[in-house]
Amino acid sequence: MSILVYTESENGKFKKAALEVVSYAKAIAEQMGTSVTAVAFNANNAEALGNYGASKVLLVKDETLKVFNAKKYAAALENAAKNEDSKVVVVSASANSKYLAPLLAVGLDAGYVSNVVAAPSSVSPFTVKHSAFTNKAFANTEITTDVKIVGLSNNSFGLVESGGNASVEDFSPSIPESGVKVESVDKATDKVSIADAEIVVSGGRGLKGPENWGMIEELAEVLGAATACSKPVSDLGWRPHGEHVGQTGKPVASNLYIAIGISGAIQHLAGINSSKVKVVINTDPEAPFFKAADYGIVGDAFEVVPKLIEKLKAFKAANA
Amino acid sequence: MKILVCISHVPDTTSKINFTDGDTKFDTNGVQYVINPNDEFGLTRAMWFKEKQGASVDVVNVGGAETEPTLRKALAIGADSAIRVNTPAIDGYTVAKQLAKVVNDGAYDLVIAGRESIDYNGAMVPGMLAGIIGANFVANCINLEVDGTNAKAVREIDGGKETVSTSLPLVIGGQKGLVEESDLRIPNMRGIMMARKKPLTVIEPTEANVETKVLSFEKPAPKGAVKLVDADNIDELVNLLHNEAKVI
Repeated sequence: MSILVYTESENGKFKKAALEVVSYAKAIAEQMGTSVTAVAFNANNAEALGNYGASKVLLVKDETLKVFNAKKYAAALENAAKNEDSKVVVVSASANSKYLAPLLAVGLDAGYVSNVVAAPSSVSPFTVKHSAFTNKAFANTEITTDVKIVGLSNNSFGLVESGGNASVEDFSPSIPESGVKVESVDKATDKVSIADAEIVVSGGRGLKGPENWGMIEELAEVLGAATACSKPVSDLGWRPHGEHVGQTGKPVASNLYIAIGISGAIQHLAGINSSKVKVVINTDPEAPFFKAADYGIVGDAFEVVPKLIEKLKAFKAANA
Repeated sequence: MKILVCISHVPDTTSKINFTDGDTKFDTNGVQYVINPNDEFGLTRAMWFKEKQGASVDVVNVGGAETEPTLRKALAIGADSAIRVNTPAIDGYTVAKQLAKVVNDGAYDLVIAGRESIDYNGAMVPGMLAGIIGANFVANCINLEVDGTNAKAVREIDGGKETVSTSLPLVIGGQKGLVEESDLRIPNMRGIMMARKKPLTVIEPTEANVETKVLSFEKPAPKGAVKLVDADNIDELVNLLHNEAKVI
């Protein structure tokens, strides 16, 4: 009956989202009077999940599962959910979680709600709040099936340390063949991804050209942030598609979002609305972004950003 | 190759989102509907297959009669025929179940759906469909090539991309990258005229259990006014971000 949670790791290390979904699962477990069982794949420090509320970790150690495969991972989770008789399965909002969750939902005959932003308002009936209309609204949705899958939005619940201990058990589910084979992975290992970033620095057409992105990258580096861009910038080919954030690009749910030279079209604002604190730097005081931002500077990015980099470097040095 | 493109009928990206009936229904008043942008990238890629490699392209929507203008637009862009499953799109699973029947009955080789719709953003229909029919599945697909029954696809992952090899029958959840924004086609007069004569078949739904139901909607709490910081006083911004917002 335990709450099952899929915990993602990379090169053996848990992602922050993994700790967040365990914290979230613990909150549901308390509402339902049960415990949390985590499923981890090739993680080095599985017992660390105890601190976030897992009582048990089912650890899959399988070299063939080093590279994520949605069908295989979904099968392992389905197997675990059935063994544990879990009625609730929690996943994150990562690309991989969103890939496997619909397959898992079919396998478990489970109703699935993604982009959930809070603990269930009720566990009987099971009702969760999730974003809809690309963050322009929320919906309260009841999952009516016996088994339920909840996809938690990144950064919406936070990490809750409970100081508990988890027992780690080896888990060897039967893994089916998959008709999708990963040939190569192209990923910048030295850069934080938009999905995982606490801070995102984003540039728009106001920067006038791709040659001016040096200061955006420098600002991101000082802050340990990911870089992003508006749709016109990606359409113009100034920056790669993977950096496009907004309604048809990537959603952003960081703690801090800094928009530089972005006017704030409704589609852009929808995509970044889940970020907690928004800063805008723009020459045009009438830019719609000023209505959506928490802090704003009316000014020329080419003057403001270098100064900001300098001040932040001094701040970091003083607070190191 | 028989291609089916799944078309969601969604409010235009600039729509103001409001609710009626005690916040239980989306207010369609004054809202323009469009082909879901992610689906439009997929439809355009499907047209590429049709023109360069030879393929038939059908489009499908699960919804009421009000979605037909959106299907007609897809026909005007170049799809051969359209299917509407005559039932409201209640949740991801019921839509996937209806699509599964259409795919099986039509023996489609490739199903191109969008990564997610821009209204419910569930990102679940393509995966559920693949799971129900037992087809291969690639989510967040930003490139797709098909050679015979073999396919090569690129999936966007967090912080990068991965290239996968797979085979038909295949379902993808597509997005920008399948084609570029500049490749999108605006229907011309000839396309619009021809679309009127193309078949739009309405079929009755198959039985499907509703698994989730929306009880109510709410809008985000109104935001306070922006705090403006003088461009000559960047220290103040750093101070606010550190001490007030506590994000650095």
